[in-house]
This record gives sequence, C-alpha cells and structure tokens, in this order.
Amino acid sequence: MGLTGLFLITFLIVHLGINLCALIPDGGETFNMAAEFMGSPFIKPLEIGLFLGFIIHIIDALVLTIQSRKARPVGYEVSKASANSTWYSRSMGLLGTLLLIFLILHIAHFWWPSKITGFEIDGRESHDLYSLMLYTFKNLWIVLLYALTQFSLGYHLLHGFKSAFQTLGLNHPRYNGIIEGVGVIYSVVVPLLFAVIPVILYLRVNGHIAF
Amino acid sequence: MSHGDMNLTLKIWRQKNKEAKGIFETYPISGISPDMSFLEMVDVLNEKLIVEGKEPVAFDHDCREGICGMCSMYINGQPHGPKQGVTTCQLHMRSFKNGDTVVIEPWRAAAFPVIKDLAVDRSSFDRIMAAGGYVSVNTGNAQDANSLPISKEDADESFTSAACIGCGACVAACKNSSAMLFVSAKVSQYALLPQGQPERKSRVLAMVNQMEEEGFGSCTNTGACEAECPKGISITNIARLNREYLSASLSSK
Repeated sequence: MGLTGLFLITFLIVHLGINLCALIPDGGETFNMAAEFMGSPFIKPLEIGLFLGFIIHIIDALVLTIQSRKARPVGYEVSKASANSTWYSRSMGLLGTLLLIFLILHIAHFWWPSKITGFEIDGRESHDLYSLMLYTFKNLWIVLLYALTQFSLGYHLLHGFKSAFQTLGLNHPRYNGIIEGVGVIYSVVVPLLFAVIPVILYLRVNGHIAF
Repeated sequence: MSHGDMNLTLKIWRQKNKEAKGIFETYPISGISPDMSFLEMVDVLNEKLIVEGKEPVAFDHDCREGICGMCSMYINGQPHGPKQGVTTCQLHMRSFKNGDTVVIEPWRAAAFPVIKDLAVDRSSFDRIMAAGGYVSVNTGNAQDANSLPISKEDADESFTSAACIGCGACVAACKNSSAMLFVSAKVSQYALLPQGQPERKSRVLAMVNQMEEEGFGSCTNTGACEAECPKGISITNIARLNREYLSASLSSK
C-alpha cells in the first residue's frame, strides 16, 4: 500500500507538470509536445507500470478492507472515533472509491480516445490532445467534477503521504517534521493546481479570459 | 463506600457466554460519588443487582491502580472512557455529569471473543508473546549489569515501550482491530536491548505471524491506538516494527 502509494504520488507530479504546460498560452504547442513524449515507446513500460501500480494499490485496499471487516464481526453501538483519529484517515476507502470513479471517467475522457479509439474534433480525425482537452472542458459539469474530485485527492493524500512513510518504517524524530510538512504542502498544492487547470481551460475555451 | 448524589443511566452489554447472543440492558443507578472510580461505580451496580437477586455484570479487573491491564470496557464510544492516558480503574466518575447516559460495551474484535458480558478473552495476546516475546537467558547467576553496555537513550526508549500493559485498548480503538501497537511495543522493547539481539529476527517474524493467525486486522496508520493507549505508547514503535519485519524477512535464512 505504502510503496504503490508513493509510486502514484510520484506519478501525480509528472502528470501535473505536463498538465501545467496546457496553461502556456501558445495554442497548446508545449502541451502537445509533452504529451507526445509521454506517448513514446520509451515511456510505454512506465505506463504499464502505472496501471499495475493502480491495480495493486486497489487490490491491497480491498484485501485490507475485507480483513478489517472479518477482524470485527460485531461492531460498537457507540463509537467516538473523532476523539482519536481524523475522519479522512478513517475514510481512505471511501475517498479512494471516489477517486476510482473519477479515474474511470478520466480514462474515458482522455486516455481511451487518444490511445485506443482515436478521436475527432469538428468532424475531422485529430491527434491534438490539447484540442481534446479544450473540447472536454467546454462542459461546465465536467469542469466541476474535475475540480471537486481534487478535494477527495487532497484528503486522500493528507493521510496517504505520511502513512506511506510510516508503513515503510521511515519514522525518525529528525525527519518526521519534514515528512509531515512536505505531505501537507503536497496535499494542498497538487490538488489545487490540478483543479485550477480545467477551470482556466473552461474560461479560455468559452472566451471569458484572453490568455 | 462513601456515596454521593450522582444519578446515571447505564446501558450495558449483557451476554451469557461466548456462544449466546448479547443484548444491551439499561440500569438506572443513583447515589454515585464523583470520587468513585468507574469500576467502583460498577461494583455499586453489582451489589444492587445481587440484592435484587439478579446476575451481576461480569467485567475484568485486577490491580485497580492502572498497571495490570485487566480492566477493559468501551465507555461511550472510547476504550477506557473519555479521558486520555488512563485505564478504566483510573477513570473517576467526576468525568461524567449527573444525569448522563453511559454506554458500556466489551472490546470488539474477532481475536477478543466475549467470555461473558464485558469480559473478553485476550489470550491471543498471550499467544503472540509466547511466539517470540522473550529473551534467552542462561541459567545460573545474573550477569553483572555493567557487562552489558547500553546507551541511556536506548534503555529509556526500551523502557517506554515496555510500559505497555497489554490491555488491548489499541485493538479496541482501531477501526481495523489491528494489534500492531501492542506487537510493536513488545518487539521494540527487546530490539532496543542487547539481551534482545540473539532472537531479534526470529522474534519479529514469529510475533507478526502469530498476530496474523489470531485474526487481527491490518494497520492503516490512523493513529487511534496511540491516542487511546493508557500508557501513551507511540506509533513510532509501529514504524520500528515495520522496519524490523522488513529487514528480518529480507535477511533471514
């Protein structure tokens, strides 16, 4: 769980970096270049690794959940869990499920059309991923879905980041503060930037902003 | 026993035996002193029940000074009640308000089956200890203490881990019913001492293996155990256990 979690955390940085290229007001040239590089054969093994990372992370989570259910067949009548732990640390399964639903939609929006079926923009076959992005984020509902999902991601990371280090035994008074601090910053900044991108593209494609 | 003027409504889990289906029974109780311990309050209830010809509530207790780890009870949704860093015997009735309803449940975990009412079977902890919670000591006279050099820091840390009384509050509080805090405290106390080195690898493997066999859940690092531990055992121990386990699994023959 911790290992795959850290792997997925690293992936998020790469993904975010490429997405931020879409904000450069050059008609998507930089973004498409970065996207093309990510589609190169050199990256292919990493892509397979990424899918495996997600699958192992999800299977691990299912196993943990089933074990926990079995470990407490009779529950408590009254449970004041808020006194001893944060809601998001206890809700990783729920947050993860929300992220999984998002992930499936996200794959259907971008990965599937660009890698498997191909897509058309204005009735013509296209390889312009930036145009696909603009086309997708024309829809306010999709923009809202992408932006709100980042709350789930943020809270998932807020527990997941430091939890991964604890699982791997990386706990030392000299570094705990740094791990915790970086974890909080990461969990706020990364989802925030992820949320900002579709919003800006929405404003751009609908002509509300000039850049 | 000096009586006071607190009136409470107790909602207590009653279960005849391991196999029977349990239910909550409600008992009004009056004349409770705020200076009583929680266990003394249950004693008062039991005296009343005995006089009325009813079955008293079975609950675990022994030293009543917070060091034996016998008293359990999940009180109003928290192991050992609302106070941090205390066992149920150290919990005073002044932590409750006159007129309160107090819900008392046994520890809930597959590895801690209910024996009767509020008493649960924690022998799974004993079996984990038997699997590796010991050091090899040759017979004969004890060695001179100074022949085993150990730093003050390590000795202190080992002692802090050894403060675990094996009460099971960590398991009771954990949403996964994980015993990681208990096992990690026991593994740590030996891993930090020179006497613990000969069995260092086999110990962690055997204790974790036994823990899994007993049917405890897995740790998801919520930290609930640490917050509810009456002895303030830190989850730093769990990270140490993970390290010890990883290195032992990678290097044992």
